[in-house]
Amino acid sequence: MATPYALPEVTLDQIKHLVSQRALDGETVLLNMGPQHPSTHGVLRLLLELDGETIITCVPDVGFLHTGIEKNMESKTYLKAEVMTDRLDYLNTVGNNFAYCLAVEKMINVDVPPRAQAIRVILAELQRIASHLIWLATSSLDVAAMSVFLYAFREREIILDILELVSGQRMMTTYIRPGGLWRDVPVEFDDAVRNVLNTFPKRIDEYEALLTKNPLFLDRTLGIGKMTAEEAIQWGVTGSTLRGSGPDWDLRKKRPYSGYEQYDFEVPTETEGDVYARYLVRIKEMRESLKIIEQALNKLPLGPVRSNDRKIVPPPRSEIGTSMESLIHHFKLWTDGFDVPKGSLYAAVESPRGELGVFIESDGGPKPYRVHWRTPSYNNLEALPDMTEGLLIADLVAIIGSIDIVLGDVDR
Amino acid sequence: MDKKLQPIVQTLEKDFGAEAREIFGEVEVVLSSENIIAAGQKLRDDFDFALLSTITAVDYFPEESPRFHIVYVFNSLSKNLQLTLRVPVAGENPTIPTLTGVYKNANWRERELWDMFGIKVEGHPDLRRILMPDDWDGHPLRKDYPLGYEEPQFTFNFEEIDLSKPKGEM
Amino acid sequence: MGVEEKLADMGVVTTTLESAVGWGRTRAMWPMLFGLACCAIEMMAAQASDYDMSRFGMELMRPSPRQSDLMIVAGRVSRKMAPVLRHLYDQMAEPKWVIAMGDCASCGGVFNNYAVVQGVDEIVPVDIYISGCPPRPEALIGGVMALHEKVEKLKIRDVL
Repeated sequence: MATPYALPEVTLDQIKHLVSQRALDGETVLLNMGPQHPSTHGVLRLLLELDGETIITCVPDVGFLHTGIEKNMESKTYLKAEVMTDRLDYLNTVGNNFAYCLAVEKMINVDVPPRAQAIRVILAELQRIASHLIWLATSSLDVAAMSVFLYAFREREIILDILELVSGQRMMTTYIRPGGLWRDVPVEFDDAVRNVLNTFPKRIDEYEALLTKNPLFLDRTLGIGKMTAEEAIQWGVTGSTLRGSGPDWDLRKKRPYSGYEQYDFEVPTETEGDVYARYLVRIKEMRESLKIIEQALNKLPLGPVRSNDRKIVPPPRSEIGTSMESLIHHFKLWTDGFDVPKGSLYAAVESPRGELGVFIESDGGPKPYRVHWRTPSYNNLEALPDMTEGLLIADLVAIIGSIDIVLGDVDR
Repeated sequence: MDKKLQPIVQTLEKDFGAEAREIFGEVEVVLSSENIIAAGQKLRDDFDFALLSTITAVDYFPEESPRFHIVYVFNSLSKNLQLTLRVPVAGENPTIPTLTGVYKNANWRERELWDMFGIKVEGHPDLRRILMPDDWDGHPLRKDYPLGYEEPQFTFNFEEIDLSKPKGEM
Repeated sequence: MGVEEKLADMGVVTTTLESAVGWGRTRAMWPMLFGLACCAIEMMAAQASDYDMSRFGMELMRPSPRQSDLMIVAGRVSRKMAPVLRHLYDQMAEPKWVIAMGDCASCGGVFNNYAVVQGVDEIVPVDIYISGCPPRPEALIGGVMALHEKVEKLKIRDVL
């Protein structure tokens, strides 16, 4: 082979504490699933110990998408490091920016204007719907419902068009910035979002018509991958996966941020804790997100979309040509950045997958000393072996779909 | 400080000699590493902090004692509270006891500590690398580990860098 | 009109073997079903309803490397993934082509650090680079069309 890249050799001896004695005796089969596998939702590798088609142990192996984001953020200023956050959980890019900006804003103690807060909420909820659509598409593809994939991607394009309208990019928006937004939304924004509000409830009905009472779908999901509320909390599972087991733990409701307390919405829960319950929760969540968007859009306040603090927020383009002070501020911000007081902070938001937390430690300088991301998929995936024991491989595929992992979120 | 958090912090101070401080409106409790299992147990059983959100570390290189701070974030679902614990660890042969006996999901987070910071977790059932390949050298998130920045290729230095780059062949 | 009429008259078309082979190769170029990161989502979008890559005769993603001719490296390649990627490439049957989709696969993108391979061309030979972070589905389709043009012009001797 011409390259220095060769697959490492793994002996049974190295993993003998992970599998049962029967595997060492050769009674059961060890099977490698992934990292290139159509239904592991990315580059997840699973080591399976099988008795026939029944799973005895399941050992996830992650890190195939480890990107060094945490280390890389330490070498950039607070403003520039934000670009990295988009690429963490690439289905929830707005939400990642949101978590990061909330944490930084809390540390530098800057106020965000109400209009910016409302627009943040609208975009985060639109992104939540888009993320749930990807989950719906891929997880139903895993249980062999191909047509839902085509429907869901059709609707996702509508939401991506809105993100492109406001930020110029389909996925990696970096639209939410410390102190507010990059700039105000264009005039077409209102119509575009209303279009989503008008058409979407019917579209969700369409998905439900395809799946909710479909006997083939029920066979693959009912009673599969059960997890009780206690187990889920012990494994640190959050988000829709936890709410499928009962607790109504939603940070938007419990610890409102960015004005979520103004909006009237419910936190859907189910008690069964199986794949089907998680499906129901996510479908209902899409409807609740629409409710939030509608309320936020109806009372969208007028006014500025970013703080006036020139030490943190770059001045508008129009001012740079006329004001010397603005030019200096602009130059200083993009070369030196702003200083953040010494100390550390853990702030969390509710991402489509659960509690997305960011821990930032500052040494008083313009670059973060340490950034740690508490990503929900990491914990949700850790609970996978518990859910799969004693089930069939076909069920494993359905369960991976139902916990909605994103490998960029797991591996960072 | 949140009123509901006060008795909990006081108990930690009394029982484990912990030190509480408030920063950016959040409470941080510093305690020593031998107390962490007992403190975790107390938080879970007596105060209903059922959810361990995350475990991470901060490297204060070149300081040696303590070089690392291990950060634990706990959440209580029933009381809607959040509490951060910090455990200082010395730089030479850093070790902490494992929390896996109390919180199951400490498993992967502690493997990450070993992988990224080289902090040994005593009593951990499966202490292997988790994110980096098994044969990787060093612990990337330590401050004395280089970022691994490579010079970007432009027209003026294309040839020079091209020679040193590995090439994928057919 | 031109060719069709002649076809009807004579029933025979003459061409070189090379262009016939090249034409055939591009008409059923099956990509490997293999996504890494953000770009994989755009790759899915390119196959789904709005962009519909099957218009170009390449809707059939094969999960097995043995059945595919084209590897689309969609996303950043970590040091842990690199040997796996090479292994997959080695398993593909000749002739085979590689598209580096997105900035990370082309040159490392924004991630210039210890964990990410600075361009997938360090591991496998790349035929087409697509820029963008992530590239739009149109860009991916454009990249594939560019590859088709390249393949049609290939001399058989070069490939074998």
